Amino acid sequence: MRIILQRLGLGLITLLVVSIVIFVAVNMLPGDFAQVILGQGATEEASAAIRESLELDKSLTARYFSWLGKLLTLDLGTSFAQLNFASNMGGAGTVTVAEQIAPRLGNTLFLAGVTAAIAVPVSVMLGVLAALYRNTPFDRAVNIFSLTSISSPEFFLAYVLILLLAVLNPILQPLSNINSDMSFGEKLEKTLLPALTLTLVVMAHMMRMTRAAIINLLASPYIEMARLKGMSPMRVIVRHALPNALAPIINVIALNLAYLITGVVVVEVVFVYPGIGQLFVDSVKIRDIPVVQACCLIFAAAYILLNLTADILSILSNPRLRHPK
Amino acid sequence: MSAWLWIIATLLAVAALGWVFRAGGRWVTGNAPRFRDMSYGEAFGFALAAAALAGGTWLYLQPGAVFFRWAVQGFVIFAVAAYLFRELGRLIGTEGTRKLFRQMPLTAAFGILVILVYSFVAIFAGQISLRTVIIVAVVGMILTEIVRRNTGDAAATGFGGLVFAVNLVFVVMYLVGPIAPHGQEQVFELANVVAGGDPALGGNPDFPLGTDQIGRDILSRLIFGAQNTVGIAFVTTLLAFFLGGTLGLLAATLGGWLDQLLSRGVDVLMAIPSLIFALLLMTIAAVWAPQTGIPLTYFMIVIIAVIDSTRVFRLARAVGINIVVMDYIEAAKLRGEGLGYLVFREILPNATAPLLAEFGLRFCFVFLTIAALSFLGVGIQPPLADWGTMVRDLAAFINYAQFAPMAAVTPLLAAGAIALLTVGVNFVVDWMLQKSSGLKE
Repeated sequence: MRIILQRLGLGLITLLVVSIVIFVAVNMLPGDFAQVILGQGATEEASAAIRESLELDKSLTARYFSWLGKLLTLDLGTSFAQLNFASNMGGAGTVTVAEQIAPRLGNTLFLAGVTAAIAVPVSVMLGVLAALYRNTPFDRAVNIFSLTSISSPEFFLAYVLILLLAVLNPILQPLSNINSDMSFGEKLEKTLLPALTLTLVVMAHMMRMTRAAIINLLASPYIEMARLKGMSPMRVIVRHALPNALAPIINVIALNLAYLITGVVVVEVVFVYPGIGQLFVDSVKIRDIPVVQACCLIFAAAYILLNLTADILSILSNPRLRHPK
Repeated sequence: MSAWLWIIATLLAVAALGWVFRAGGRWVTGNAPRFRDMSYGEAFGFALAAAALAGGTWLYLQPGAVFFRWAVQGFVIFAVAAYLFRELGRLIGTEGTRKLFRQMPLTAAFGILVILVYSFVAIFAGQISLRTVIIVAVVGMILTEIVRRNTGDAAATGFGGLVFAVNLVFVVMYLVGPIAPHGQEQVFELANVVAGGDPALGGNPDFPLGTDQIGRDILSRLIFGAQNTVGIAFVTTLLAFFLGGTLGLLAATLGGWLDQLLSRGVDVLMAIPSLIFALLLMTIAAVWAPQTGIPLTYFMIVIIAVIDSTRVFRLARAVGINIVVMDYIEAAKLRGEGLGYLVFREILPNATAPLLAEFGLRFCFVFLTIAALSFLGVGIQPPLADWGTMVRDLAAFINYAQFAPMAAVTPLLAAGAIALLTVGVNFVVDWMLQKSSGLKE
C-alpha cells in the first residue's frame, strides 16, 4: 500500500513541476500580452484594462500561484481571441476557456474510448496468435505489417484509409463533424474512421509487446509441464502463459493509451474532428496563449495520469512488488 | 450493413474451406503425418492465404482498381529492387561487407537501399557546385590516409574503393546536372495543372505530377523535399545526440549532484508528451522569431533537438553507468587521464553499438515529429519545399480519386515518401538489434 501512495505522491509532484514548466515557458514570451491580444493599433485604455485583468503588474511567482489557485477551481481564464472580440464589441458574450474546452474534451475522450475498444481486444488477440504461430509466414506478415504501421506518420495512414474506405468505397464518413445533437449511433459512425486510424497507430506496439511477453514465458518449466501433459498449444498459451504475461501487457496498453494523446492531435486535424487536439492546434496558430496553456496542461495531466496508472497496475499485478521485503 | 454480411459470409466460407482442405489432405495422402498433425488454425491459415491470393488476383484484373494495381506493382518493384541490391552486395565489396550481405534479411536490404536512394536524391536534388566536388574529393583522400595509417592495408583498399566510387558519383552528377527538373521556388504561369501529363485532361507533359495552387512544379518540390525534410531531420538528430549524448555520458562519469540535477530535469521534460511540448514551444518561438530576425525553422531545429535529447540522455547515461564501473576505466583514472579522454576515448567507443541503433530510431521520431509539425502548419516554413506541408496543401485532391487517380495520388506520394524512409530505417535498426543481441527466437 505504501509503495502505491508513494507513486501517487510522485505523480502529483510531477504534475506540479510540469505546471511550473508550462507557466514559465509561456511567461518567457517577450513583449506585451496586451499588444499580442489587441494588435498594433490598440488604444492605451484597452491595453491597460487587459494588463490589469491578466495581472501583468504583479510578480511572476504571485502570478503563478494565482494561476494555480484558479486552476484548482477550474477557472482557466478567457482566450485572447475572445478577449479581443469582447474589447471590440463592448464586453458582452465571451466564453471562458473552460467552457470552450469542456465539450471538446468529451469528444476527444469519446474518440479515445472507441479506439481503445477496438484496439485492445484486436491487438491482444493478434499478439496471442503471433506467439502461437511464431516464425511462420503469418508471424512474419504480422511483424512487417506492424512495423510499417508504427513507423508511418499518422496522416499517411489517415489519408490511405480515407482513400480506401471513404472515397473509393464510400462505406464510412471522411469528415467527423460530430456535434452534441447527434444520436450515439450517428456519432459512432462518424468517429469510426479516425478511430480506425488511431487503432492502426497504437495496435502494432501493443501486439508486438503481447507477442514478446508470451514468448518470453514459453521456456518456463510450467509451460513445459503443460505441454507434456498433452495440452493443445492454444490452451497452453491462453490458460498458462497469458495470465502470467498480463502485467507487461497491461503496462504497454496504458502506455499506448498515453501515446494516443499525442496521436489524437494530428488525426483530429485530418478528420476535422471537433476535439481538444484541434482546438490546441488552432490556438497554436493564432497564438492564443490561455487556451494553449490549458490544453497543454490537460494533455500533460492525462499523460502523467496514464503513466501513473501503468505503474500502479504493474505493481498490483505483481505479488513480488505488492509485498516488498 | 450488407458489407458486414459479406465479410461474415466470406469468413465462414474460408473456415469451411480450411476444414475441407485438411480433411481432403488426410483422405488423399492416406493420413500422412503432414496432414494428420495439422491443427485447425494452420489449415485455416492456408485457406485464408489462398482466399487472399485469389481475391487479390481478381481485384488486380478489375479495370477500376487502379490504386490496388499501383500498390501491388510498387510492392513487387520494391521487393525485386531489394533482392537485386542484396545480390549485388553479395558480389561486390570486401570480404566483410559480402558476408554482411549474405546474412541480411530482405527487409534490411530494402531499408539500406531506401536510405541510399534518399541520400542520393537529397544531395543531388539541385545542381551541385564544383567546389562541393573538390571538397568531397579532398575529404575522401584525407579519410583514406587516416584509415591507411590506423588499420591494415586490406581495410584501406576497401575504404579507398568506396571513396573512389563516391567521388565518381559526384563528378558524374556534376556533369549530368540536377535531378529536379525545376527549382523548388520557381513559380510558373500555369497553376493547378492536373497530374498525369495528358493535355486532354488538363495536364502538361512538362509537369508530370502537375503544379500546385500557385504554379510550382510538384515533382520538383517532391524531390527537393528530400533535401529539406530529411536534411533538417538529420541535422536535428545530430544536435540532439551531441547534446544528450555528451550530457548523459558526463552524468554517468561524474555522478553526484550533476547527475541528480540533470536526471531530475530530464524526468520533468519527459513527463510532457513531446509533440504537445513542441507545439507549445513553437507558439512561443513564433512570437520570438520576427523580433530576433532568425527564421522559425532554426527555432524548430533547436526545440526538437532539446526535447529529443532527453531521450538520448537517458540511454547514454544508462549505457555509460555500466561502462564506468569497468576495470579499464579505473586504470585510466589511475593513470591520471583527463575527463575528455575518459569520455571520448574510453567510454564513447564502448557505447557505440547501442547509441548507433538509438540514432536510427531517434532519427525516425525526429523525422515524424517534424513532418507532423509541418503538416499542422507550424514546422518548416515556405517557400522551402517540405513533405508535411505538401500533404496538407494537396490533401483535397484525394476526393477526386475516382475521376483523376494520378491527381489523387500526389498527396499520398509526399506522405508515402515520409513513411518509406521511416519504415526503411526501422527495418535496418530491427535487423541491427537482432544481430547484436543474438536473439534467434
